[in-house]
Amino acid sequence: MLYFTRWKALAIVATALLVCLCAVPNFFPEATVKTWPKWAQRHLVLGLDLQGGSHILLEVDAKSVKKDKLDQVRDETRRALRDARIGYTGLAIRGDAVEVRVKEPDLEKALAKLKELSQPLSGILGSTGARSVEISDAGGGLIRMNVPQAAISDRIRQSVDQSIQIVERRVNELGTVEPLIQRQGLDRILVQVPGLQDPTRLKEILGKTAKMDFRMVDPSVSPEQAAQGRAPPDDEVLMSAQEPKVPYVIKKEVLVSGADLTDAQPGFDQRTGEPIVSFKFNTSGARKFADATLKNVGTPFAIILDNEVISAPVIREPITGGSGQISGGFTVQQANDLAILLRAGALPAPLTIIEERTVGPGLGQDSIEKGERAAYVGSVLVIVFMLLTYRLFGVFANIAVAINVAMIFGVLSLLNATLTLPGIAGIVLTVGIAVDSNVLIYERIREELRAGRTAISAIDAGFKRALATILDSNITTFIAAAVLFYIGTGPVRGFAVTLGIGIITTVFTAFEVTRLIVAAWVRWKRPQTVPI
Amino acid sequence: MTHTILLALAALIVVLTIASIFGWLPTFRIVPDDTHFDFTQFRRISFPISAVLSICAITLFFTHGLNFGIDFKGGTLMEVQTKSGPADIATMRTTLSNLGLGEVQLQQFGAPDNVLLRVAEQPGGDEAQQAAVQKVRGALGSNVEYRRVEVVGPRVSGELLAYGMLGLILAIVGILIYLWFRFEWQFALGAMVANVHDIVLTIGFMSISQVDFDLTSIAALLTILGYSLNDTVVIYDRIRELLRRYKKMPMPQLLNESINQTLSRSIITHLTVTLALLALLVFGGNAIHSFTAVMMFGVVLVGTYTSIFIAAPVLIYLGVGNHREDAAPLNAAKPAKKKSTEAAKADTTAKA
Repeated sequence: MLYFTRWKALAIVATALLVCLCAVPNFFPEATVKTWPKWAQRHLVLGLDLQGGSHILLEVDAKSVKKDKLDQVRDETRRALRDARIGYTGLAIRGDAVEVRVKEPDLEKALAKLKELSQPLSGILGSTGARSVEISDAGGGLIRMNVPQAAISDRIRQSVDQSIQIVERRVNELGTVEPLIQRQGLDRILVQVPGLQDPTRLKEILGKTAKMDFRMVDPSVSPEQAAQGRAPPDDEVLMSAQEPKVPYVIKKEVLVSGADLTDAQPGFDQRTGEPIVSFKFNTSGARKFADATLKNVGTPFAIILDNEVISAPVIREPITGGSGQISGGFTVQQANDLAILLRAGALPAPLTIIEERTVGPGLGQDSIEKGERAAYVGSVLVIVFMLLTYRLFGVFANIAVAINVAMIFGVLSLLNATLTLPGIAGIVLTVGIAVDSNVLIYERIREELRAGRTAISAIDAGFKRALATILDSNITTFIAAAVLFYIGTGPVRGFAVTLGIGIITTVFTAFEVTRLIVAAWVRWKRPQTVPI
Repeated sequence: MTHTILLALAALIVVLTIASIFGWLPTFRIVPDDTHFDFTQFRRISFPISAVLSICAITLFFTHGLNFGIDFKGGTLMEVQTKSGPADIATMRTTLSNLGLGEVQLQQFGAPDNVLLRVAEQPGGDEAQQAAVQKVRGALGSNVEYRRVEVVGPRVSGELLAYGMLGLILAIVGILIYLWFRFEWQFALGAMVANVHDIVLTIGFMSISQVDFDLTSIAALLTILGYSLNDTVVIYDRIRELLRRYKKMPMPQLLNESINQTLSRSIITHLTVTLALLALLVFGGNAIHSFTAVMMFGVVLVGTYTSIFIAAPVLIYLGVGNHREDAAPLNAAKPAKKKSTEAAKADTTAKA
C-alpha cells in the first residue's frame, strides 16, 4: 500500500495539480479571463441566489393552444366545403371535436374532401401513425373531426419552440447580461436573468402575447346597443387599454396584422411631444393598409393589442407610404416596451408565469459574505481539531483537505457549474465529512499499532483495511446526492452538485493523496514509531 | 476587522502545524484505547426510547403538521428591507391586511429592518399569484427594498412536493439496493430501520420547531440520510469483518466489539461535522438557517445515535451471524432466508 511506482505517483500529483489549476480563472477578473484561450476560460458561475437575478418559469397556455387548433380546423372545414360547393349546416366546435352536418348524397364527397385536412403527425422517431385530425362518420350525415391529444401536444411543442425565439428576442432587447432561456418539459420555458433589480418590467414584457391587429371600428352601432346584444355578428366589443376603460364596437375582419410589421421604434410626436411608436409594414402589409385606408377615409379604425384597443384614430387621408405611428397616451417606457414587443413578434399562445424567484443584489452580496465567513470559520475549526487530534498526521490530513477543496473548485469550474448558497454549505459540510476518510484510516492505524504491529506495517494495514469502508460509506452519500441532483432545481441542485463532486474528490484525496504523502514521509524518516 | 481575525486564525494554524511537525503536541485520545461499553445491552433502554420518540414524532406530525413552505404549498414569500430605520411591522400588517389577500404573515427576519412576509396561495390559478405580488408591491411602495421575491403557482408546488417525496423514496431504495449488494439483506433491512428512524425523528423536529418544510428541507433530509448511513456503514463494515474473523463469538459481544472499535472514529467524525455545521449555523446567515438547523438536529443529535444504538443492535433481531459455524459469512444470506424460523429461535437464545 505504501509503495508507489514512479508513474503512479506522478499521475496522482499531475491529476491533483491539473484539477486544482482549473480553479485558477476564478481568481482573475472576468475581463482578463476573456482574453485567455477558450479552453482556459471555464469558470464557476454564481447562482441567482448569490449574484441576484430572476428565475421565471413560463407555461404555454394549453387551453388556448387547443382552442386555436379547433378554430383552425373549423375554418379549414368551412373553406374546404365552400370550395367543393357542398352545402352544410351546424358547423361548430363541440368538446374536443368539430362537427358539421351535410346532406346524405354529399357525404362521400365531403368526407373525401375533409380527409385532405388530416396530416400524419411526425414524432421524434419518424411517423407515429397518429394524424392531426381524426375524421369519422357519426351517421345521419354528421361528420365529426376529432383533434387528438397527440395533435395538441404537437402544436404545444411547436408553440414552445417559436415562443423561445420570441422570448429570447424580447429579453435581449432589455439589455440584460447573459440571460438563460431554455425549454423545460413539454410546455414550459425557463427564463433566468442575472443581475436584475426589478423583474416587474421583465414580467410585463414576457406576459404579453403582443398580437396586434388593425381593424375597422363599426360606427353604425353604439357600444351600448352592442352590449344589449344588438351587435351584428361580424362585430365584437373590445375595451380600451387605457384607463378609464371605454368600450368600442370593432369589426372582426382584420385589415392588417402585426405579422406584416417589419420595424417598430419608439419616438415622440413632432407636434405634441407625446411618446409614440412608429412602425413600418412589409410590401403586402403596406398594400393592404393603403387599400383599407383609401376606402375608409373619414371613419375611425382601431389598433388592437391583445384584444384591447390601444387607439382608434379617424382616417384623415389614405396612408400609402407603408408606415405610420401609434399614439395611445403612452409613457416613454410603455412606448419603448411596445416597440420591443412589436419588433420581437407575437407569441403563438399566451404564456403564464407559474413560478418566480427573484433575489435582489443586496441579499446576494450578503449571502456571499456570510457563506464565505462560514466557510472560513468552519474550515479553521476542522483544521485545528485535526491538528490537535492527530498532530503530524493531522498536518497530512489538512494538506489533503486543502487539495480537496481546491479540486472541488477545479471540477466545478471545469463543468461551468453554478455555485449557490446551499452549494457553499455543501462545501463546508464536505470539509467536515472529508476528514472522515482520514479519520477512518488513522483510527485503523492506531488499532493496528495497538494490535502490536510495527510502524510501517500498521500504516500499510490501516490504508488497506480502511479502503472498503471509505468506499462503502461514501457511495451511500453519493446516491443521496445523485437523487437530490435529479429532483432539485436551482439552489438545491447546486448543493447536490458540490456534495457529489466533494465525495469523489474526497475519496481521491483521502486515499491517494494522503497515502502518497504518508508514503513519502515513511521513505524519508523510516519511522520506528508512529506519532498518531 | 475581518482581516485581522483571518490573519490571527491563519497564524494559529501555522503555529499548530509547526508544533505538530516537530512533535511538541501531547498525544490526545478522545476515546480511551480500551473502551468496552456494553452498547448492545443498552438496546433495552434505547429501543423503547426510540419507539416512544418516534410515536411522539408521528403524533406531532398528525396534530401539528409540517409548516409547508411555498415550494410545496404555493403562494408568495417576500423578504423586504425598509429603507428608513427599523421596520414597523404593525403598520405594515394593517396596510397589507386591507388588500383582500387573505392572511398575510409578517415576521422580523434577522436584522430589525428586515421583514419576511408570506401571502397564502390565492384562489384563481397562476395569474392570481402574480396579481397578489403586484398588489403587495403597490401597497409597500418604494419605502422598501425587495431582497427576495418567490412566487410559486399551484401546479408547480404540487409537482415539487411530488418530486420531493419521490426523491426521498428513490434515495432510500437506491441506498438499500446498494447495501443489499455489498452486505447481506439483513444489513440492508437494519439500515432501513435506522433510516426511517432518522427521518421520522427529524420530521418530528420540523413539526415541533415549525421551520419551513420546503425543497431545502428535503435536501437536508437526504443529507442526514446519507450521513447517518455513512456512520452505519462504517459500523456494519466492522461487524462484517469480525463475523469473518470470530466464527464463534456470540452476536451481542461481537456487535459490542464492532461498535467499540469504531467508537473513536464515530466520535471524531461526529465532532468535525458538528464544527462545520456550527460554523454554518452561526455565520451562514438567515437564508440557510433552517437548512442547517434541521441538519444539525438530524446529523448531530440523531444520526450517530441511530447508528450506534439502533442500526447495530437491530441486527440481533434480524438474525445476522446465526449460521457462522456451518457457512462462510459472505454466503450466509441464502441459508438464512430459508431458515427464518430457525433464525427466530436463535434470536431468543441470543437475547437470553
